[in-house]
Amino acid sequence: MGPSLDVSVILVAIAPFLAAALAPAVHRFTGAFAGWFLAIVPAAIFLFLFGFLDEVAGGEPVRASIDWVPSYGIGLSFLIDGLSLTFALMISGVGTLIIVYSGAYLAGHPHQGRFLGFMLAFMGAMLGLVLADNMLALYAFWELTSVSSFLLIGFDHARQAARRAAIQALVVTNLGGLALLLGALMVQHLTGQWDLSGVRETGDLMRLSPFYAPVLVLFLLAAFSKSAQFPLHFWLPNAMEAPTPVSAFLHSATMVQAGVYLLARMTPILGETQAWMATLTVFGGVTLVWGGFSALKQIDLKQMLASTTIASLGLLVLLIGQGSEAAIAAMVVYFVAHAFYKAGLFLMVGVLDHGTGTRDLTALGGLMRKMPVSFVAAVLSGVSMVGLPLTVGYLAKEEMYLGLAHADPSSILVLLVVVAGNALLAAVGIAIAMRPFTGATVETPVPAHEGSFGLVLGPLVLGLLGIGVALATAWFGHDILEPAGTAILAEPVESHLTLALDLGSILFWLSLLTWALGAAVYYQLDALRALLRRADAVIGWTFDKGFDVLMFGLVRMAGAVTRFLHHGRLEVYLVVVFSFFAIALLAPWLTLGGLERLMPPSALGTWAAQWSWSDLTVYEWAVVAIAIIGLVALVIAQNRLVAILSLGVQGIAVAMLFLLFGAPDLSFTQFMVEILSVVVLTLVMTRLKLDERDHRPFEDALRDGTIAVLCGLGVTLLLSTILTGRLDNELSGVFLATSVPIAHGHNVVNVILVDYRGFDTLGEISVVMAAGIAILALIRGQRGAGRIPLPPARSERIKGMVR
Amino acid sequence: MNTVIFRTIAPLIVAVMVVFSVYILLRGHNEPGGGFIGGLIAASAIAILGMSSSVWAVRRALKFDPLAYAGFGVFIAGLSGLASLFIGAPFMTSLWFYVELGDTEVALSTPMVFDIGVYFVVFGTLSAVALALEDERDEEEID
Repeated sequence: MGPSLDVSVILVAIAPFLAAALAPAVHRFTGAFAGWFLAIVPAAIFLFLFGFLDEVAGGEPVRASIDWVPSYGIGLSFLIDGLSLTFALMISGVGTLIIVYSGAYLAGHPHQGRFLGFMLAFMGAMLGLVLADNMLALYAFWELTSVSSFLLIGFDHARQAARRAAIQALVVTNLGGLALLLGALMVQHLTGQWDLSGVRETGDLMRLSPFYAPVLVLFLLAAFSKSAQFPLHFWLPNAMEAPTPVSAFLHSATMVQAGVYLLARMTPILGETQAWMATLTVFGGVTLVWGGFSALKQIDLKQMLASTTIASLGLLVLLIGQGSEAAIAAMVVYFVAHAFYKAGLFLMVGVLDHGTGTRDLTALGGLMRKMPVSFVAAVLSGVSMVGLPLTVGYLAKEEMYLGLAHADPSSILVLLVVVAGNALLAAVGIAIAMRPFTGATVETPVPAHEGSFGLVLGPLVLGLLGIGVALATAWFGHDILEPAGTAILAEPVESHLTLALDLGSILFWLSLLTWALGAAVYYQLDALRALLRRADAVIGWTFDKGFDVLMFGLVRMAGAVTRFLHHGRLEVYLVVVFSFFAIALLAPWLTLGGLERLMPPSALGTWAAQWSWSDLTVYEWAVVAIAIIGLVALVIAQNRLVAILSLGVQGIAVAMLFLLFGAPDLSFTQFMVEILSVVVLTLVMTRLKLDERDHRPFEDALRDGTIAVLCGLGVTLLLSTILTGRLDNELSGVFLATSVPIAHGHNVVNVILVDYRGFDTLGEISVVMAAGIAILALIRGQRGAGRIPLPPARSERIKGMVR
Repeated sequence: MNTVIFRTIAPLIVAVMVVFSVYILLRGHNEPGGGFIGGLIAASAIAILGMSSSVWAVRRALKFDPLAYAGFGVFIAGLSGLASLFIGAPFMTSLWFYVELGDTEVALSTPMVFDIGVYFVVFGTLSAVALALEDERDEEEID
């Protein structure tokens, strides 16, 4: 357990990103074999993780950690226990097959390298997500999966539908991502732990906390949005805009399972309460039935599979909500079974699409002879989806019924829902595995042909695994199910998986009922589809449309708010800004006792005696007089140019005051600023083609004058009040004492600007530059409007002609 | 503004102002002055030059876009702060080098580089604004 282990475990999450960066180059050099080359990375990760199986099954989770933000005590920590290992093995294993498949599926596509890069980056994010122990790392990887999903759904970015689907998925899953971050921060605040393994050791702390409800809501929102639970399910069918390998990998086998993973992870922390069980069961149940019926409505094979994915996710959530030992065991087995058969079927649909040019269920038929390997793959995955004996799907279904078959009314209701859901899934499974291959041969857009080796390998292997793993029942139960179940429930779970059929058990009859119902639905599929579609047409509203209404409403509201605040009338901007400035100056001064301080009530009668003309010298009075003259001239000026010049006079007088009272740097700067202000204001005046005279009506002048007087009064009173107190000169003393010895400068002002407070100055000069860019944009924007500035050479020539 | 006297004198004034601005910039650490004031003086010089001759001629004399000077300023100001990272000190720790040039000792430091950065930012930004405003006048004169 040296540092090498830490590094190698962390490499599991990092290596796919490195491979992703290299993917385009690999594609350029290896061409058609890019998929095979890049698949080495996930395959190596799979084998590496496989090596931990014994250790983890022996009850020894593997931990790895490196410092991340040590100053906040945050480490990049990873934990390999039964749950994360099961997920990580599925991700890397299925990922290997998918990368190979992608290489063949997108053969000859100009952006294949980019595609493979996105896929590998996603895989790294997903592996990081399931292996991360630190909640912030979990959140970071969670968001990375959303981002890579966005890139992959929008891969075919020339199509509007793909772009919309990508944005929709990003919006919905990011909503959940923010909820996850908030929830993680709350959990950390309440328990003082960043690591989930640490939080798990706090026992009932979270469940008994008064903040249990908000934390639960946040985590459920995160999980439900990611795992497409009703009513946030609508993004998943749209995500089918992505190329088929993406649908197989992200939107069925792995990414959408992240929500399920999160719920399983949080079970020891948040689970086993009434609220947890009720919410998960209800939402999972509704999602299951909703997804099942949605699947019947579709004729596009990918859409059918997407809807059944929603249903399966609902089933998994429901099982976690039940929380019994058998239910959790069923959830683990069903997760594995679902990943195998769903990814397999998706890939098979991709082969069909590739080989026939369509994936419309009603436009396919009799392909058994032309695509025999695909047919075998479809049947292998299909029987697992239906849950026939000798498949993982069967084991999962038996375990489910074992966990739910209790005699109380609510359990029976849940059981009925699950049986109905499984029957719908079985019907869709039969339809997808049989319809395209049996019956009369239908003419397809492309002459039907079998896929290449790279294409059929994935579905075939996944289909075989769905049966092979089931045959290795004892190994599967001991090495996968028991460690994963133990990790979820935080108490030992024992596998009682068996392939034996027990005719005396209720479970067998429930299975039989499921198959019978499924077969019945399959034979009435077309009639049911027509019925459901008519019902949809009557309702005429979908969640998808609701999302659009919401988004457009948001955009319209943002527009309205912007137009309200940014009306583009400079006069009103200035009035608002300076009114608030006056309020900010005067309101605190009045409410916090500034008046009493400046003029105590006791001294009110004698204020005349206290008044003294300050002992200024003659030339100091002269400067004050210049300032006043400038001010008066400014106010009474009829001509704008005179007003600008008067402002300059007044400003210069103030600069001279600074000079007289020992602030040469300040006064120096003020001189230059005043001069440049006059120049720039004059230029602006000519530039805006303002009248020479100011034609404001009297009311406007009164309003502006009042605001100006209030601002001036506010500043004067505030400064006077401050000067009645004792100024704390400690900081000035430090600066004065240290500026020569440590900063090597005699000009303290400059030393403060460039050294002591250099960071502030860096920010300020950046702002100055940004403001300059904005001013130029404004000037050019106004000049634009159809008129293109002349190129220099030409304008010079024209100027010569004019002169 | 286009009197012969002004047009003739302006380049001389501008030259003096620019030299003076550099002097103000460099003496800033010990005497009144510094990058900000220096930049303002140099920008005023550019504004004067723009009034006396054409904006196009000024732009050509500057070689680069005025905003590029400002960007360069922010860049070297930030860079001067990074230098201290090489000796393991926090960002913007000042470093001082003394170079003997004949009999005089010249102090070179990262705050000086920083101040030069400030000079360029103020000079570049204000020149850009002034020239853009003057540019418009030029076009009107052409029209």
